Amino acid sequence: MIGGLFIYNHKGEVLISRVYRDDIGRNAVDAFRVNVIHARQQVRSPVTNIARTSFFHVKRSNIWLAAVTKQNVNAAMVFEFLYKMCDVMTAYFGKISEENIKNNFVLIYELLDEILDFGYPQNSETGALKTFITQQGIKSQLQTKEEQSQITSQVTGQIGWRREGIKYRRNELFLDVLESVNLLMSPQGQVLSAHVSGRVVMKSYLSGMPECKFGMNDKIVIDKQGKGGTTDEAGKSELGGSSGKQSIAIDDCTFHQCVRLSKFDSERSISFIPPDGEYELMRYRTTKDIILPFRVIPLVREVGRTKLEVKVVIKSNFKPSLLAQKIEVRIPTPLNTSGVQVICMKGKAKYKASENAIVWKIKRMAGMKESQISAEIELLPTNDKKKWARPPISMNFEVPFAPSGLKVRYLKVFEPKLNYSDHDVIKWVRYIGRSGIYETRC
Amino acid sequence: MPAVSKGDGMRGLAVFISDIRNCKSKEAEIKRINKELANIRSKFKGDKALDGYSKKKYVCKLLFIFLLGHDIDFGHMEAVNLLSSNKYTEKQIGYLFISVLVNSNSDLIRLINNAIKNDLSSRNPTFMNLALHCIANVGSREMAEAFAADVPRILVAGDTMDSVKQSAALCLLRLNRTSPDLIPMGEWTSRVVHLLNDQHLGVVTAATSLIITLAQKNPDDFKTSVSLAVARLSRIVTSASTDLQDYTYYFVAAPWLSVKLLRLLQCYPPPEDAAIRGRLTECLETILNKAQEPPKSKKVQHSNAKNAVLFEAISLIIHHDSEPTLLVRACNQLGQFLQHRETNLRYLALESMCTLASSEFSHEAVKTHIETVINALKTERDVSVRQRAVDLLYAMCDRSNAKQIVAEMLSYLETADYSIREEIVLKVAILAEKYAVEYTWYVDTILNLIRIAGDYVSEEVWYRVIQIVINRDDVQGYAAKTVFEALQAPACHENLVKVGGYILGEFGNLIAGDPRSSPLIQFNLLHSKFHLCSVPTRALLLSAYVKFINLFPEVKGTIQEVLRSDSQLRNADVELQQRAVEYLRLSCIASTDILATVLEEMPPFPERESSILAKLKKKKGSGTVSDVEDTRKERNTNVNGSTDHTTATTNTKPSPSSFVSDLLAAAPPPTNRPRPVPSSSILHMPLSPLSPQAYAVHSAAPLTPFYQVTSSPSSDLLGLGNSSAVNSGSPPAASNAASLLVDVFSESLPVAPLGTASAPIIEENFSRFVCKNNGVLYENQLLQIGLKSEFRQNLGRMYVFYGNKTSTQFLNFSASVVCHEPLNAQLNVHTKTADPVVDGGAQLQQILNIECLSDFVEAPVLNINFRYGGSVQNIAVRLPVTLNKFFQPTEMMSQDFFQRWKQLSDPQQEVQKIFKAKHSMDTEITKAKIIGFGTALLDGVDPNPSNFVGAGVIHTKTIQVGCLLRLEPNTQAQMYRLTLRTSRGSVSQRLCDLLSEQF
Repeated sequence: MIGGLFIYNHKGEVLISRVYRDDIGRNAVDAFRVNVIHARQQVRSPVTNIARTSFFHVKRSNIWLAAVTKQNVNAAMVFEFLYKMCDVMTAYFGKISEENIKNNFVLIYELLDEILDFGYPQNSETGALKTFITQQGIKSQLQTKEEQSQITSQVTGQIGWRREGIKYRRNELFLDVLESVNLLMSPQGQVLSAHVSGRVVMKSYLSGMPECKFGMNDKIVIDKQGKGGTTDEAGKSELGGSSGKQSIAIDDCTFHQCVRLSKFDSERSISFIPPDGEYELMRYRTTKDIILPFRVIPLVREVGRTKLEVKVVIKSNFKPSLLAQKIEVRIPTPLNTSGVQVICMKGKAKYKASENAIVWKIKRMAGMKESQISAEIELLPTNDKKKWARPPISMNFEVPFAPSGLKVRYLKVFEPKLNYSDHDVIKWVRYIGRSGIYETRC
Repeated sequence: MPAVSKGDGMRGLAVFISDIRNCKSKEAEIKRINKELANIRSKFKGDKALDGYSKKKYVCKLLFIFLLGHDIDFGHMEAVNLLSSNKYTEKQIGYLFISVLVNSNSDLIRLINNAIKNDLSSRNPTFMNLALHCIANVGSREMAEAFAADVPRILVAGDTMDSVKQSAALCLLRLNRTSPDLIPMGEWTSRVVHLLNDQHLGVVTAATSLIITLAQKNPDDFKTSVSLAVARLSRIVTSASTDLQDYTYYFVAAPWLSVKLLRLLQCYPPPEDAAIRGRLTECLETILNKAQEPPKSKKVQHSNAKNAVLFEAISLIIHHDSEPTLLVRACNQLGQFLQHRETNLRYLALESMCTLASSEFSHEAVKTHIETVINALKTERDVSVRQRAVDLLYAMCDRSNAKQIVAEMLSYLETADYSIREEIVLKVAILAEKYAVEYTWYVDTILNLIRIAGDYVSEEVWYRVIQIVINRDDVQGYAAKTVFEALQAPACHENLVKVGGYILGEFGNLIAGDPRSSPLIQFNLLHSKFHLCSVPTRALLLSAYVKFINLFPEVKGTIQEVLRSDSQLRNADVELQQRAVEYLRLSCIASTDILATVLEEMPPFPERESSILAKLKKKKGSGTVSDVEDTRKERNTNVNGSTDHTTATTNTKPSPSSFVSDLLAAAPPPTNRPRPVPSSSILHMPLSPLSPQAYAVHSAAPLTPFYQVTSSPSSDLLGLGNSSAVNSGSPPAASNAASLLVDVFSESLPVAPLGTASAPIIEENFSRFVCKNNGVLYENQLLQIGLKSEFRQNLGRMYVFYGNKTSTQFLNFSASVVCHEPLNAQLNVHTKTADPVVDGGAQLQQILNIECLSDFVEAPVLNINFRYGGSVQNIAVRLPVTLNKFFQPTEMMSQDFFQRWKQLSDPQQEVQKIFKAKHSMDTEITKAKIIGFGTALLDGVDPNPSNFVGAGVIHTKTIQVGCLLRLEPNTQAQMYRLTLRTSRGSVSQRLCDLLSEQF
């Protein structure tokens, strides 16, 4: 289990140090600083083993979070915990920065005491934590005894992520499908690798202890229902707009702890009692039948030793009614670039010397459109015989649909004790597709 | 003035550097650098003409980026352009960039060289300096090639400025270090020497550094520098501290130059010219005097500078080793430092004193500080200083203070640092042995040593004790007693058990009379340790037990019981099991007589260099230089010209006279002295039928069958290597007699003086080997050839030892045996090829296998070729392989003898010779010679008791020739009559010739 947790600033100074087990000595703090933060060569592995002690670190802007252990722990669990820790901290005080950490260090220690016990992760649900760890000091006067006792029963009870007696005048539900699409394409347009990793994030403002049921166009479910012939119910409550493709193949998925896994295993239905507020319902990954929102067609020509001509065409490949946003194409330039001239039809393009790249930005672009940029790069002759490695052209964008083709079919809410029904709940669904590592070789 | 501020400021650079410094993260820094690089690239684009200032600024930025650890792949051209600028700052930056960044295989190197050439030939001294610095900083072979001629020219040119000369000297020094082969020695060398007379002290300092290096390479070319250096030194030393202005450092006049001059003088022997010598002595005295003066400043720099000069002066005094007064003064000065507050000074003082101790003049003076040094050993906080103190104690030890020093070192050993313990142990062991006045003290000391140091006592130490105890009758009883007492302690170190086992096994009988150490008690004491010991020690103990069976028959039962127990007879270790089985059988089967022969006391060890000393030398290796002799040797090697001088003084040093000194005499020539024939060979014989395979393994080292587990590489350290070649084949009587003969001959015949190597066959010593098998066959200044041989029937084996008497290697060494017609048909000699290299002082062994096919007259010739120094040496020696070597003695009764005598009555078969005696007619010697000749000496055959009668059979592959001889001495006339009868006339003739030469 986790023996200790340290937070460092970019200089390697310790901001937070919490040791949970005796086998972690004080020198472990220095060992990580010397061997990882101040390492002569940048340490790429997130797990470092120094003198039989394992360090798992994540970096958030300039802040290093490191979990330390001497035991053979499940590394995935440790990282999951570290990410949760980051989420919790963000939920409490916003961006993780040195300043914020310094201002909130009492709070952070309090949180660390709560979410880890003798190195074993405990409840890290922000909503639950916020009920008893507050930034405004002790609120015992305001809280009634009942409420206090409720905290205990909730935290130790079966449904630790939701307290009882929540009441909303308007029962609302927000559902976001967030996907990031990753691609590596050859210059000829052949897909070398592509996958989508997606998340379903929910914000629920529901009264009481509602039971929810979530449905999507998962291939297995659709096929099963198709065989059974009971598609009418599913068809009735479909939320999203229907498109050509009926179902998608999900490679793997993980759920929030509130989802009843036994039910998912047996019926493949996702039913749960949601936590209050924002949370991530599920995570999934698909690799088949991915809709690639953009196609990049590069054309690079070397004119002699001192000149390079680059032409890049991008094509949007989705319904013309949809608008892609925040489009950015990054064209790497050789290291001996001495000057760049750029002409582009749309948006703005600029040579950024500090990043050794031409950055082309387009604010908005509709589907089934095409745009191009051409650049002339002047080179300085060097005595280095190394050839330019031609790194791939990368792209960033945001589109209002799910590139994996996932559709939310229904989300039903049942609250047997209170008098509101599924129809009274206002539901919002949104799809956002973002670029992950979206690269085309040139 | 804006222009000036622009020229000096380089604001852009300052801004860039401060930007970099302010970067929060590595990424930010890389971004900033990328941006700057892009900017510089756009500026350096071919079409724009940049002014010198911007070029300088950008090159500076590139340099800075490079120094931050980023690759720079452009800008070289701009930097080279800067070289041709006329502005100092621009030129400087250009040179800086080039010396940091340009690699030798760049295609710009020609441009650069051109620019440097221009600067060198310019009259501007600052430009010349810059160019010289660049050459020195790059220092590549290309640079050396290009400027090997220019730099010396600048150095000695009359019109060169002082500062340029200085740079040129240092530049040349650097080039000389990197590629010495490219620097031509020419007429400039003599002029360099005269730079020592230069007005400018900076030039002198630089030139001295250069001359030191050059003088180490070609000492003869720079001999003249000695007088100049002395003159310069005396001027500096006698000058008032204010005279030298800039070159006075905290009231010390030109300390660096003084140190360098003193170093330079250490390259040469003391000057022969009395005047110069006097002046130098004066200087050194002045330096020593100055050390006594109160310090002019309290600053540490003052004392550091002063002491630096002083220590260098002292090492020069030690190097010269010729002025007793100076040496003693130096020693006293160092004595003061021994108690100085500064640890470094104490360390240096101890180190210098170590070398002083080996000088005959100052040895006594060093000894006066013994108390201080011992105190340092006890109280010093720094381990390295303690180590030096140990070294010094070792160096200053002689017979007068050995007891005290050894006692102190022993007591220190208990608290010593682990890192230096082993070394101290070796040193104590050596000192105890070297300066032992009585052996009881020696034995006590070593046993104490083993008790205290335990694990740090290496094998060699206890080998040595045993070696000495065995070789010395007078100490054996005492040793046995002491060991017995030491073993009483409840916990003994294993090494002590080993010594105890060996000594009690050999000499337990000497103390058995005392009821407190009766045989049974001795045995029980040893056996109580048995189970705690490692396998080799147990093996040794088993041998000790079987020796006990011989020494004390009364404990035989007990010991047999022990040997019979399962833990021995069925021991998992093969060695132990085998020993137990064999010893048990031996004790059961063999009669007491055989036991007594087999388990006889060990023979004395041949004497050779102490193995401990060798070990200490090895341990020192090239690492810490503290062993006195080593230090001196090392100094001598890098100080040419004076080698002869110092070795001469070392030789004249009175060798430590002690009655063990012969034990330590470095590697005595193997056969010069009477070599006792170890009766271990006798031991082999009766044992071999018991288990031939066991002893076949052991036969390499005669001691091992009894006391050592096989094939331990250190077995030879006991000094037994030589005796391994003992003629195990010949019967005991013969070998004993042979040893007797060796005695006779080596005393009566002085080694004939031999000229240098020459091609003619040398046979001076040939006749000496007719009646003996071992000895020195040949010796000259370079080489000594020793022989050991053994013959059995028609086969023989000869061990030839080539001893290199010099300190240098023999290269291409080869030795071959030539048999001329008709010998090649009569004798087969098979030579094993020898190692082509013989190290200085080492000995090489070669084995010849000889087979006698039929009787022969001539003897084979041994041809030796090798390269010593530059010349090829050829030596041809006649090998003493004679017919009588293949004799097998035959005992017979008087009756038989006369019967055979009569049978051989054919006139061809008898040869008679009457000759005058060449040596005194001593009966015993004559007897020994006849036995050595190979025949059996028959008593009571001849009616006249003063006559000698012998009989034997000569074995060849084809025939066997019976042989009878009769020697009738006539003491009045000093004549002999020798009669030989054999079945073959030729054999009779040859034997008669051979034997008659012997009397």
